[in-house]
Amino acid sequence: MFRLSSLSLGKALVIAETLEGKIVPATLAAITAASKVGPVTAFASGKDAAAAAEQLSKVAGVEQVLVASGDAVATGLPEELAPVVKTIVEKNGFTHVFAATSAFSKNLIPRVAVKFDMMPIADITSIQSEDTFVRHAYAGNVVSTVKSADAIKFGTVRGTSFERAATTGGNAAIVAVECSAALGKSKWIEDLIAKSDKPDLTTAAIVVAGGRGLKNAENFKLLDELAAPLKAAVGATRAVVDAGFCPNDMQVGQTGKTIAPTLYIGAGISGAIQHVAGMKESKVIAVINTDADAPFFQVADYGLVGDLFEAVPALTKLLKN
Amino acid sequence: MSLMYRPTAAQQMKVVVGVKRVVDYSVKIRVKDNKVQTDNVKMSVNPFCEIALEEAVRLKEKKIATEVIAVTVGVKKADDVLRTAMALGCDKAIHIVVPDAEAATLEPLAVAKVLAKLHEELKPDLWILGKQAVDGDFGSTPQLLAGLIDAPQGTFASEIAVADGKVKVTREIDAGRQVVELNLPAVVAADLRLNQPRFPNLQSIMKARKKPVDTRPIDKLGVDTKPHLATVKVEEPAARKAGIKVKTVEELFDKLRNEAKVL
Repeated sequence: MFRLSSLSLGKALVIAETLEGKIVPATLAAITAASKVGPVTAFASGKDAAAAAEQLSKVAGVEQVLVASGDAVATGLPEELAPVVKTIVEKNGFTHVFAATSAFSKNLIPRVAVKFDMMPIADITSIQSEDTFVRHAYAGNVVSTVKSADAIKFGTVRGTSFERAATTGGNAAIVAVECSAALGKSKWIEDLIAKSDKPDLTTAAIVVAGGRGLKNAENFKLLDELAAPLKAAVGATRAVVDAGFCPNDMQVGQTGKTIAPTLYIGAGISGAIQHVAGMKESKVIAVINTDADAPFFQVADYGLVGDLFEAVPALTKLLKN
Repeated sequence: MSLMYRPTAAQQMKVVVGVKRVVDYSVKIRVKDNKVQTDNVKMSVNPFCEIALEEAVRLKEKKIATEVIAVTVGVKKADDVLRTAMALGCDKAIHIVVPDAEAATLEPLAVAKVLAKLHEELKPDLWILGKQAVDGDFGSTPQLLAGLIDAPQGTFASEIAVADGKVKVTREIDAGRQVVELNLPAVVAADLRLNQPRFPNLQSIMKARKKPVDTRPIDKLGVDTKPHLATVKVEEPAARKAGIKVKTVEELFDKLRNEAKVL
């Protein structure tokens, strides 16, 4: 496993992401990834910046925390945040700028990178050296190792590909970063957050997912009932989100979320490449489908050819006993 | 600082759509001898670019957009995506031609620079691009373009509404959706649920064949398109160990609990 010595000239910035006052687990993975190239500084912003900074200062491997608060950066608008990050990078001489892959980081990282005329590397799954990274293309069917010639390496890092840094043991200083007044080319109107009592899809140890075989939104209740005793998250294919059976935050796949739970149970899903791209790193995959020829069985560790409307409730019953 | 946006007296609204020709999403991609096998495979308009085109055409039908221009940066054969764009209703098409040898290493950053150059010339009010190309999966070009021209960006757009010199964008984010309002000119990145693209009818396809395409070689633009990333290696992902079929739910439960030990 590659690890630069502390004499390395690398210096990494990790842009942290928070949700409801807590740093997201994927950010902890990004910190681990970043520590492979040099000492890590974490950057917190947004309306929970102070709370996030406190948490980040205690994360093992974080040497310094920078925090930006104020109205301009409160809602995470990339037009306001990118100039702030640019200034931070210039002032501190960072050689690497990472963030865990997410809608937030995908929105921000390229906008910062282009200010430096550098090519950001999307969804890194492995860091081979300070300039060589692995990522996937063609819906996960091509594993590509790339070497960057840029002076600063910008990238998003897949949260499921790196161990999460410990949340204790760190003792970093917190330094406030100045933010100028908002540029005002964009305005945040509102966030429409799906309310759910279930665990987060990208970090749950068990995920049950449903596809077109469920036939309608109502039937997803069967998966909710299976998920409950498992304390599982519930995911969905693009098809059922398009059809309106599920909200978009449940979509797993090449253009949705990438997950890697300990156990993935897919019901009524044919297993198109695009869906598989988002879950094939799951440790154990169980598939339930009436079609014995469904491509999904090719990636399944355990395949049950059967009717999910019988199998799923039956499995739920077994789990409850 | 970029020029302040001012809609003209006649309320002209120019929309430019970026369109990419990619390996069709249904092709089973193979890697051999450190090379992605793309010879003779089916090529198509990138699905997200289809959605971008559809949105632009709808803006025109609603009489919000007065001119829609489609742009592609690609090999000579990529002009077929522009034919499709014009068949769908684009007024003009620009093809920035990339030599075949260079196409394989053309990066999102280079494409964004080309589009930024065109922005200076065309001065559109709105750019609509697909959120990601299903070959490279970088999902970065719209944001790179927006940063270069210092325009606000609406990524993962599932709905857009143009009014009073601004565009309201509903974005799909990890926890749900977000609504932002952007001053024009802006860059929007189309996501899956923005719309359902139509199919061009045969008559439109035939008519589009005769329309002129503004064709320019990439090296005449005065843009630095050299790649920053070198591909050291490409390989197929490691195959999963073959699994087994179980006959009953009870057997599945037993295997998951006692063999895999995940329940």
